[in-house]
Amino acid sequence: MKERIVADVSRLSLHGTGSASTTWWGTLGFMLIEATGFALAIAVYLYLMSIAATWPTDAPTPDLLPGTLVTLTLIASVLPNYLVSQWAEREDLRKVRIGLVVMSILGIVPLIIRAFEFYALKVNWDTNAYGSIVWILLGLHTTHIITDLADTLVLAALMYTRHGRNRRRLGDVQDNAMYWNFVVVTWLPIYGCIYWIPRL
Amino acid sequence: MRDGETKRDIRDTDLDRPALEAALARIWNTPEGLWGALATVDHKIIGRRYVITAFVFLALGGVLAMLMRLQLAQPEARVLGPDRYNQIFTMHGSNMMFLFAVPVMEAVGVYLVPLMVGTRNIAFPRLNAFSYWIFLAGGALLWISFVLDMGPDVGWFAYVPLSGPQYGFGKRADIWAQMITFTELSALAVSVEIVVTILKQRAPGMSLDKIPLFVWSMLVTSFVVIMAMPAIMIASSTLILDRLVGTHLFNPAEGGDVLLWQHLFWFFGHPEVYIIFLPAVGMVSTMTATFARRPVFGDLAMVMALIATGILAFGLWVHHMFVTGLPRLGESFFTASSMAIAIPAGVQIFCWLATLWDGKPIFKTPLLFVIGFIVTFVIGGLTGVMVASVPFDTQVHDTYFVVAHFHYVLIGGAVFPLLGAIYYWFPKITGRMMSESLGRSAFWLIFIGFNMTFFPMHILGLQGMPRRIYTYQPDMPWHDLNLFVSVSSLILVAGFLLFFFDAIRSARRGLPAGDNPWDAPTLEWATSSPPPSFNFSYIPVVKAANPLWEQPDVLAVAGGLRINSRELIISTVASAEPEAREASPRNSIWPFVAALATTVMLISSIFTPWAVVWGSIPIVVALIGWFWPKGTPEDES
Repeated sequence: MKERIVADVSRLSLHGTGSASTTWWGTLGFMLIEATGFALAIAVYLYLMSIAATWPTDAPTPDLLPGTLVTLTLIASVLPNYLVSQWAEREDLRKVRIGLVVMSILGIVPLIIRAFEFYALKVNWDTNAYGSIVWILLGLHTTHIITDLADTLVLAALMYTRHGRNRRRLGDVQDNAMYWNFVVVTWLPIYGCIYWIPRL
Repeated sequence: MRDGETKRDIRDTDLDRPALEAALARIWNTPEGLWGALATVDHKIIGRRYVITAFVFLALGGVLAMLMRLQLAQPEARVLGPDRYNQIFTMHGSNMMFLFAVPVMEAVGVYLVPLMVGTRNIAFPRLNAFSYWIFLAGGALLWISFVLDMGPDVGWFAYVPLSGPQYGFGKRADIWAQMITFTELSALAVSVEIVVTILKQRAPGMSLDKIPLFVWSMLVTSFVVIMAMPAIMIASSTLILDRLVGTHLFNPAEGGDVLLWQHLFWFFGHPEVYIIFLPAVGMVSTMTATFARRPVFGDLAMVMALIATGILAFGLWVHHMFVTGLPRLGESFFTASSMAIAIPAGVQIFCWLATLWDGKPIFKTPLLFVIGFIVTFVIGGLTGVMVASVPFDTQVHDTYFVVAHFHYVLIGGAVFPLLGAIYYWFPKITGRMMSESLGRSAFWLIFIGFNMTFFPMHILGLQGMPRRIYTYQPDMPWHDLNLFVSVSSLILVAGFLLFFFDAIRSARRGLPAGDNPWDAPTLEWATSSPPPSFNFSYIPVVKAANPLWEQPDVLAVAGGLRINSRELIISTVASAEPEAREASPRNSIWPFVAALATTVMLISSIFTPWAVVWGSIPIVVALIGWFWPKGTPEDES
């Protein structure tokens, strides 16, 4: 088939950012998958609660302190996370490097407190269905913190190599920041379920 | 910086046609040999592998079906014992749903969507390679276990408590559950790729109203996968947790609930039917337009029907649970929603009929399958409306009536269009035509054999024959019909064998096809058959919904892409205005390594929960290897 050139794309920028980037859309796609997963896990929690005679079943209400500390740390991390994203957009590599180190620490701290959170549930996963679902909710969210922390650590390391000075990699930093916001936002309903619904 | 770059780069517009194609081939081709085969990220190679693998699973599932028919041909037969029979019907259902039907539809999408939207590769091509290896590993896990007499024996929906720790001894149910994890992981990955390819990589000018209907159907299907499959991943993971570490989600003695399993399973399981059916609808629309020689009647209504079906798919799951003693109000609601989905299905049927009515239909093999589909699917749809009614469903639940119903819907609704689609796109994929005369014979054998095999099952069901029984006594009134069904299934098998024979023979010795043997209107026919590794020498520019009919001789294209690295065009979501040139990743061995590491972790985790911890380390290493920049022009641009 004969071809006729009717458009010139040579002037288009290499690699779009934000909604012009496929990675951004891909991240959004995976967030939709995981959000559905979280929503279903919460639905299972509510379902089991609806058929239980007492809730929490055969266990005291969980301790508030570690979970609330995790919540506060996660909320506090949103601001530096936002700044890292902004610096990445402005291609300020020096600040991005520092910001990613800060975000790595802000990923590790909630993980350490999270370890105590499992004890604060005051029930084991194999005690009863209530214990199972709270452990599953907490475990599911913990894997998300670990995943994003691993991603942040790799990106932080990358930024200190020659590959860091690249719009494409800085776009990855922005997408990673977006994903961290997702990790924070999905925690809030889970926090509400585990700690506050039993107190209603 | 960009000006300097422009001077250094070679653009497609700088070269004459042969030099351009040579340059593109150099940058896009997959090298020969084992390394190239393991490292390729070409959506066509991966799509072809996916299709062939899925058809191998179809054939294997067919062998199981024939074993069941042999056993049921007479009362008290001793071909299979009860345990083997349990494994075989579980394997047949699981294999056909998870290893054939869903993957084959995704596979056709992987192959065709990038070509139909006019781009050079699928979005996230390495994820695509990863998803294929994961799918293959999941299939191998199931079948190797079966050969080792460890095949699951709990039915394709693995109801608890039968599949739970109390009754499901050994590792059989775990293998079922982990096979689910493999196949859903791969399906979810493919869905994200397809969504992003369709939203962001469409040829300039292909606004929403110019997207081909098959591409629309894959878009809706992918969103249904994204929203439905997390449910089954949660279900299969929690089942393994109950079995392996003693959680109690499905244990009523400790506050769990067995119906919770059914809710989770069918919240996925019903949309699954539409995950299989919607791509088939897209195929039917495409073939109907081509062979009726006119665009599909009611294009907008078709898209709306696709979307409506995708949404309604999530409101039906409870109709699989009508006999579990749910509240009356719930049953009424789900009866209404189950009947409501007949509306978008009806809209589509009438649109196809109108297209054929108003067109000048050419009855080639693909169109025969389309017509076979319409007839069979309408029958399946009618019995669907019947079983949507609670009193009727209560009578026929778990009988052969249901077996007949879902085979009409799934084989009639999805396999017929798929076979037509293979006849239709085979020339594009291989460059050769399949035989028209063998195709017609295959169609009639399959169509007649199918109806003779499955129609009597309605009657068997009404006579009270339960599904999943491994034998029946001679005093039951089911013998004659069962024998008839078993003999008829030989006709169906003959049709499939003829189809396979034709496909294998034609791949080597079929007549050369040329670029566009059917004079079809969509972009995949604008390139050569089979398409080159780079799909199009220039990215097409689209000005009409049926570009090759509007402008049969000249293809409008865009120039200015670099040809010393893999590059494609990113366009806006609604109007497909070009907004960036984007690098597309090169071949890489890391997706294969990552899939291998994931396989080791998932299979080991059937045996010990610690495998999740230790098994994750190689996965992390593989993923870092995957993402770490290698200094290629694509990474650096």
